[in-house]
Amino acid sequence: MPVEYPSSGGLVKEHLAVRTGVGMFDVSHMGDILIRGPQALDAVQWVSMNDASKLQEGQAHYSALLYPQGTFVDDVIVHKMGANDYLLVINAGTREKDHTWVRQNVSKFRCHADDVGDYYTQIAIQGPKAEATLQKLTNVDLKQIKNYWFKHGTVCGLPNTLIARTGYTAEDGFEIYVPSDVPTSERVWNEVTEAGKEFGIVPCGLGARNTLRLEGKMALYGHEISDTINVWEANLDRYCKMEKADFIGRASLEKAKNEGLKRILVGLEAVDRGIPRDGYKVFDKSGNEIGYVTSGSPAPFLKKNIALAYVPPSQAEVGNEILVEIRGQKVMCKVVPTPFYKRPKKST
Amino acid sequence: MAYSKDYKYTKEHEWIQVQGNVGTVGITDHAQESLGDIVFVELPKPGAQVAAGSSFGSVESVKAVSELYAPASGKVTAVNEELNQTPEAINKNAQSAWMIKIELSNPKELDGLLTAEQYEAFIAEEK
Repeated sequence: MPVEYPSSGGLVKEHLAVRTGVGMFDVSHMGDILIRGPQALDAVQWVSMNDASKLQEGQAHYSALLYPQGTFVDDVIVHKMGANDYLLVINAGTREKDHTWVRQNVSKFRCHADDVGDYYTQIAIQGPKAEATLQKLTNVDLKQIKNYWFKHGTVCGLPNTLIARTGYTAEDGFEIYVPSDVPTSERVWNEVTEAGKEFGIVPCGLGARNTLRLEGKMALYGHEISDTINVWEANLDRYCKMEKADFIGRASLEKAKNEGLKRILVGLEAVDRGIPRDGYKVFDKSGNEIGYVTSGSPAPFLKKNIALAYVPPSQAEVGNEILVEIRGQKVMCKVVPTPFYKRPKKST
Repeated sequence: MAYSKDYKYTKEHEWIQVQGNVGTVGITDHAQESLGDIVFVELPKPGAQVAAGSSFGSVESVKAVSELYAPASGKVTAVNEELNQTPEAINKNAQSAWMIKIELSNPKELDGLLTAEQYEAFIAEEK
């Protein structure tokens, strides 16, 4: 995936296309782990922090794989394909690590964990016009697929294609999984491009992918989540079900909860001129270093300069003013509610 | 594009147009194309001293920050403050979107810069 596509006019145009029309992403680099067998659910429940027993067939949820310390191996979307059949979609950069981790940790359960990423080309179609675009290519009634649910159906003449209403852009949209051979992948890519033409579809690269997910306050591994950050710090409590049976990381998280948070993820908006970027240091108004920026960038749709940062809980109140050191200068920023952007509610 | 023979160029993709003892500085069309949509410019204040080859500010796209390097040494006599409000002007016409004017302290430095022809050859090679 390139940073941006010259043919689309660049990052900003790609970002705005997704917010106002439709954009498409080749996200084949992402990994897919299939866990199947009589104890597939137990296996998923052991490695994943969310409660997979609450999923219905055809439903997916956001979760994470944790280390015993309660920190992140990776974040993941868990799909319940069947009672003994779960699909975990994971990040590209951590694919091998995740697969090894999962395989090792589910070995005590009666199941297989297979890395099937190579069999699929994954294409994301995102934006208010994503449904209209994809509907031209399938007989499945997309209106019936609710957010974070999925169906299998014929897409571009390919039977039994997974169509999931998921994405990483904070817009409505779909991710489809088609066979990965080059002729098929190319054909599908071209058909999606053709179908989206009337809505101004453009291919979108890694640059827009990052700015879109940042506006929606979605975590990126290595930035908001990592092997040194725990679930509470990352503000992902609602995806972590402590009330279910034991899972990897649970004990540490219990301990951490009792000890109290030392830092927490907050959203920042630049008040003065300047763009807070990844890794920049954060200071309180007295000039003490208190944290750092995990991700920061101009927000092409919101037309503000935004960032996510780790700060002590005492500095995390909305409205609190803090300083980010930008190229040697301390620039005033304020804590703002997140997500920075929420897509408008559909009017029926 | 054909680069104006009236200007001289640096390998860091700045241009300088000299009239008398004053050099007007900007970045090249090649630079703005590589950067993508420019969203932020940081320029020095009038009166600041700049040194040839040293950074005098920065230009930012959504994805990245790039330093601006002075083609020649001297005192900054004027700054194009408009670019703070409309940095996209650089993308629209980089060869005319001036950033700073320098009162040159050592005009001999200009001899070490690239001509339009040399700059065009330089960027052709980069590709």
